[in-house]
Amino acid sequence: MNAIALEFKKNAVRTVKDLQRRQLVKTALGNFEIARNDKVARFQDWQKARYVAAKLKWEALENLHANIQRLEENLKKNGAIVHWAATAEEARRIVSAIAKEKNARLIVKSKAMTAEEIHLNEALEKEGYEVVETDLGEFIVQLRREPPYHIVFPAMHLTRYEISDLFAQKLGSQPTDKAEELTMIARRVLREKYIKADIGITGANFAVADCGVISITENEGNARLTAALPKVMITLIGIEKVIPKLEDLALFLPMLATAGAAQLISGYNTFYSGPRKNGETDGPQEYHVILLDNGRTELLADPIERDALRCIRCGACLNVCPIYRTIGGHSYGTTYCGPIGAVITPIMRGIEDWQQLSYASSLCGACAEICPVKIILHHHLLKNRKIAATKKPVWWQKIGFKIFSKISTCPTLWSIITKCGRLLQKLHPLVKGSRLDPAYAWTKERDLPPIAPQTFKEWWRSKK
Amino acid sequence: MNDRGTILASIQEALKKPSVKQDIYKAEDNISELIKQVMPPVGESFDERLALFRKNAQELKAEFYAVNSTDEVVQTILKIKDAEQWKSVATHPNELTESICNRIGLPILKLTAGYDITEFEKCSASITVCDCLVAQTGSVVVSSASTGGRAISVLPPHHIVIAKKEQLAPTMSDAIALVRKKYNGNFPSMVSFITGPSRTGDIERILVLGAHGPKRLTIFLF
Repeated sequence: MNAIALEFKKNAVRTVKDLQRRQLVKTALGNFEIARNDKVARFQDWQKARYVAAKLKWEALENLHANIQRLEENLKKNGAIVHWAATAEEARRIVSAIAKEKNARLIVKSKAMTAEEIHLNEALEKEGYEVVETDLGEFIVQLRREPPYHIVFPAMHLTRYEISDLFAQKLGSQPTDKAEELTMIARRVLREKYIKADIGITGANFAVADCGVISITENEGNARLTAALPKVMITLIGIEKVIPKLEDLALFLPMLATAGAAQLISGYNTFYSGPRKNGETDGPQEYHVILLDNGRTELLADPIERDALRCIRCGACLNVCPIYRTIGGHSYGTTYCGPIGAVITPIMRGIEDWQQLSYASSLCGACAEICPVKIILHHHLLKNRKIAATKKPVWWQKIGFKIFSKISTCPTLWSIITKCGRLLQKLHPLVKGSRLDPAYAWTKERDLPPIAPQTFKEWWRSKK
Repeated sequence: MNDRGTILASIQEALKKPSVKQDIYKAEDNISELIKQVMPPVGESFDERLALFRKNAQELKAEFYAVNSTDEVVQTILKIKDAEQWKSVATHPNELTESICNRIGLPILKLTAGYDITEFEKCSASITVCDCLVAQTGSVVVSSASTGGRAISVLPPHHIVIAKKEQLAPTMSDAIALVRKKYNGNFPSMVSFITGPSRTGDIERILVLGAHGPKRLTIFLF
């Protein structure tokens, strides 16, 4: 097992034992589910909506070559500056060059998974810039020097009390057990930052080719302020986010909010087309859009798993995943956790290092069932397992499966082996759960169901 | 090759392999018709849509008043002003909002290019018009063209929106079509669909209003 896989296992085991944290996550996601179902029910036909959304995103991807150039052309027409970054390194270089040119000191950021992906904060901080996350959840995890726990709810693993202690320690505030007071502390701190900041960095949810518009969804208004007050605005967006028409957002925006946040629509859905125009009183003087590849075209090149690029990062698959709920977001050790992360990370970052994520699934399919753009996540996990097994076979598994396939395709052998199994099973209690048990990996924590006393064939014969 | 070339070439190369399509809507139906069929229903008459807007807006903690005249708007605002002890209000160059502000009897900050941000930060509320309202979602659509800028609809603690009856769009699709038609070829630098006051659930999923932006959003329709 490689170091990343060992780390994953260690972290997962630790979280599984942390019952308080698991309870917190379970309650939050349980309540979420009720609210989400209520919003789903308001659609005339949610299932059909998923089919349509999947179709729209498919077509957007299949025409990505034309769409993305159209986006570039229209953004430029609107006065934005478009950059292309094939790698994380190039994206970091672009941002840092802009910051340097503007003599920036303070940079405010609204939530951007792309920035997490390229480790932008660390890079900018290393160069001496002060980088402040403005989304409340992100602000909290940034103070803890932690990555987000969830794509949509970054600080869902923390209690009010932990956050109060954190604020008291880092911001010198009075301890409180009220979520509202804690939010107001953050509001006061961050208000000052927006006003002083030289640059605002955002992520984005959609890029619309035909108008040259970037669409950003949020609830807090922090992205709105990040885009309104600093002199320079930078949006870092994955190339898969391009859609052809503004009209498609009439479907995507409500679906994103419903699946991801259990809301019919999010608090702010904002389209940005460029820097401030003549006659507008505020907004940035420069608007930079960075189109980021960083492994996305690898995924696009896979005719089957390509559909994972339809993902609109709503986080719905995380919320329903029994594995995510149990091992938590940090165990994965990736930017994108949960089922979608387990699908795309091995392809984008190398199957050798990340194949263990493909096994972090019970293959129950709850993720695929809720996905608003119908990505068949659990099938992809299976496919990743297959790729991993073909690429780097494990010798004992190979022998084991060869034997199994011989036995299971030969009725006589099968019946002999099951009969032996039934006999040996009688001796099992002697070693069960101990190191001598051949099924130790299973029985140390679970029960082993007994082999049925009769096979179907035997039963059938006895009834005749 | 630069990154633009590299990315475009990789996209082109990747897409040479046809997709294995699974489980998507295959029929070549009209998309806008399909969207209409799946999205939440909005009713047929103006009254139904007005009721729907009210329900959706209030569910998200926006306050909504359907009134008959600007006099009623002013009277209600005066009550809010006293209750919240306003010190000053911000607005943008617009006949309607300015005439309303003039009748409140408080210092007015009319935002024009180069406004003083500290002065603006002290304002107790902002009063703006909008591009339209959306019945289907309870949203208010504002833009940097219709309200003069970006911060006015998000910085002050109380945002007041004045809308006219004919501005009530039934669906999201209608609102987007309206935006496209209105700004055809000259898109404002920002268009925002606002639904309810600024909110967060980031601490133990407890709803808190006024995370960064307005704690209250009040909408008048006349």
